[in-house]
Amino acid sequence: MAEQPKNFGFGEDEVMLRDSARKFLSDHCSSDTLHRMVASDFNLDRPNDCVWDQALWQQIVDLGWTAVCVPEAAGGIGMPAVAAIALAEEVGRTAFPSPLIATLSATFVLNACDSAAATDALTAIAGGKATALALTNAEGEWDSAATDVRVDADGRLEGLAAFVQDARKCAQFIVSARSDAGVGLYLVSAAADGLTLTPDSVIDLTRDQARLTFKQVDAIELAAPGTGSAAIDAALPGLLSLVAADMVGAGEWLLQTTVEYAKTRVQFDRPLGFFQAVKHPLVNVMLQIDNAKSLTYHAACAIDHEPAEALRLARMAKSEASDMAVFSSSRAVQFHGGIGFTWECYVHLFFKRQMHSQVLYGDAKYQRALLADLIMGKAA
Amino acid sequence: MSESERKDSPEQAQFRSQCQAWLANNHPGKPPVTIPQGALELSDPDAMQWLQQWQKAAYDAGMIGCDYPVEVGGGGKEGHQGIANQEMQRAKTPYLPNIIGMGMAAPTIFFHAQEDVKAELLPKLLSGEHIWCQGFSEPGAGSDLANQQTFAEKDGDNWIINGHKVWTSLAHFADWMILLCRTDKSDKYNGLSYFVVPIKSALGKGVKVQPLIKMTGQTGFNEVLFENLVIPDRYRLDAVGAGWKVAMTTLAHERGAGPLVTPASGGMATEGETGVSVSSVGSLIDLARSHQRLGKTAADDPVLRDEIIKLMIRRESIQQNNRRSAVAELTDHPMRIPLQSKLVSTEFNQDLAEVAYRVEGAASTLNRNDPNAPAGGQWPLAYMNSFGVTIAAGANEVQRNILGERVLGLPKSK
Ligand SMILES: Cc1cc2nc3c(=O)[nH]c(=O)nc-3n(C[C@H](O)[C@H](O)[C@H](O)COP(=O)(O)OP(=O)(O)OC[C@H]3O[C@@H](n4cnc5c(N)ncnc54)[C@H](O)[C@@H]3O)c2cc1C
Repeated sequence: MAEQPKNFGFGEDEVMLRDSARKFLSDHCSSDTLHRMVASDFNLDRPNDCVWDQALWQQIVDLGWTAVCVPEAAGGIGMPAVAAIALAEEVGRTAFPSPLIATLSATFVLNACDSAAATDALTAIAGGKATALALTNAEGEWDSAATDVRVDADGRLEGLAAFVQDARKCAQFIVSARSDAGVGLYLVSAAADGLTLTPDSVIDLTRDQARLTFKQVDAIELAAPGTGSAAIDAALPGLLSLVAADMVGAGEWLLQTTVEYAKTRVQFDRPLGFFQAVKHPLVNVMLQIDNAKSLTYHAACAIDHEPAEALRLARMAKSEASDMAVFSSSRAVQFHGGIGFTWECYVHLFFKRQMHSQVLYGDAKYQRALLADLIMGKAA
Repeated sequence: MSESERKDSPEQAQFRSQCQAWLANNHPGKPPVTIPQGALELSDPDAMQWLQQWQKAAYDAGMIGCDYPVEVGGGGKEGHQGIANQEMQRAKTPYLPNIIGMGMAAPTIFFHAQEDVKAELLPKLLSGEHIWCQGFSEPGAGSDLANQQTFAEKDGDNWIINGHKVWTSLAHFADWMILLCRTDKSDKYNGLSYFVVPIKSALGKGVKVQPLIKMTGQTGFNEVLFENLVIPDRYRLDAVGAGWKVAMTTLAHERGAGPLVTPASGGMATEGETGVSVSSVGSLIDLARSHQRLGKTAADDPVLRDEIIKLMIRRESIQQNNRRSAVAELTDHPMRIPLQSKLVSTEFNQDLAEVAYRVEGAASTLNRNDPNAPAGGQWPLAYMNSFGVTIAAGANEVQRNILGERVLGLPKSK
């Protein structure tokens, strides 16, 4: 049996943080506001803007959300990982466009680096500096050793990082780069000379994503060559749990919104929810959300209490949450009927966020293949 | 120390070590007769007797009925039954045979019977000396439980009962029955009343029990026919016409969502010496390692690996949901997880057994009496038996209705 606190580490402070985040985001990012902000134009060739509310972000920084998992020694609040996971769930529930998940992810990676530069970067994050991870190559491989960036003898970066989440909202990047001594991690300012940011055109309207090209870019070493992959792997349970929590929050929005619709829309003289072809799948969505939620809390709790188990548990959470993301969003569109298929309906905002989240760091089957290796040994 | 141990109060911790000490010396050991996978398949009187002895011993040791008051034969404690259950499970003791008695009859009697009836019935129920059965279902009243036709007619201080119950598990061993029946034909729900009925003593005198054979060839459930059975009014639970309300207490406990924790043991592998636990993913992995396909073991097959890990994730989800459900701040609706528990655990067991028998490939075709049947034929048997519980105790479709209506607030499908 797990050596974890019964409440998953959700003490009074964590519950208070979650409740205040829920209130803050529902006050400031209703689906109505969100739709007006990110979906005002349906034209694919619209200017590839990165729309988000920067004034709101400043309030979030003032509330201390970027500091939750920064250690006190680095000027943060030093809360357990579940605090970050609670925030991610609320972000998902409102599909809130912000660099918060990116920055919390960066926090987990920096916490796994052992250097003065990493501590300085954590201090900057606690102060509100939005930070994104640039760890993925052009193939979109999630393997911590896969990178198309090289670091030269003078510590300058050359190459390409792809699928950088919320890149345009961030002021700096944590980049994995290879040298002959192996993979290291580096901090690069978004304004650095030689760095070019090319925005992707992404389906998910609530996120932005970009590729970064590096030409002789100056960088600060966070983790020495040969230690970078280990740092990413150590942070991986946190990264997986954050995305899983985001999907849990978004899943609950999709469920409750669809339930509301099924109670009010009448066909054949009955509200849709009377029909079991609608009711039972909605119950199944709920079952899957609960599984994903409990597994995500379990994984996040393990980060602080059972680190040796954390990766296994986080892959379980990501697997279940990814399957749930697909199912919750597909049922939401389907059960809204024609209106659910329109741009005008809010459902597509969450549908697309779930599409995006479920593939980040590998989809459900990807997680299960790695879990099988971990639990059953590699296949012959 | 485990998670559950760390939250024990000093009194609970002491009780836990008492249980551990007793179990270390009093495990009943290997059964002298074949014990079926679950109590609802019990048909051999010797197996029943052996299990009743085990239940009595565990009761005398204070591990059954811990949370019931002393006056009704309980231990007079609070929050102790869960601990005893954990320790019995950990010690892999056999299951307890009087499951309908403990899981359904006892809480219902406790919350609704008059005091002298509680004191009369509960001690022998908890000790397992009296086996209980549940007379709810009828040919025309399954999912639509309130459609009861069995009728009780008032006759002075007595009631006269006539009617036909079906699927009555353990009735062939039962001393007593909890009975839901009709006392008023003009009102579907408010015309029901609830009784406790001595049936063994009335066999041939107003009660007839006839076995029904399950798809597995096993017995375990029955038809029960009542013809002018006379019972005293004191065996009525709660008011005349309050039967539906009383039945809700029974059903809540049956589905693991009631206030009293049901005594439960049963970590021991069943049916002979196969050592197979048909609810364990670990057993499935062992099975996969011992079967070949396409020149490799089944455990190397990528499709099966995915299915096995999926089951493992579901198993973990069930545990973590139960853990979360105890933390009020982390649940959106107090019944959201408790009302899922019957549904998800029975479907998990069904899917586990289904994957397992496919892992056995051609050999899964062998019946449990075939000497070449792998794992003693337990997996295909478990698969077939799993439908008993996805149907019984409120079929899972009906559970989905309840979740949709009570938790999500969707309109009733009735
Ligand atoms: C192994 C076993 C042991 C049992 N032991 C006992 C016992 O000890 N005592 C006792 O009283 N009963 C017992 N039962 C009976 C059990 O409670 C009933 O079988 C169960 O309630 C279903 O009723 P039914 O068999 O009449 O099926 P029906 O109610 O006819 O249902 C048939 C199918 O229709 C579906 N269905 C019915 N209504 C709805 C609806 N509104 N919406 C959607 N789907 C619906 C059901 O889910 C099921 O799939 C036992 C049953 C089994 C299988």
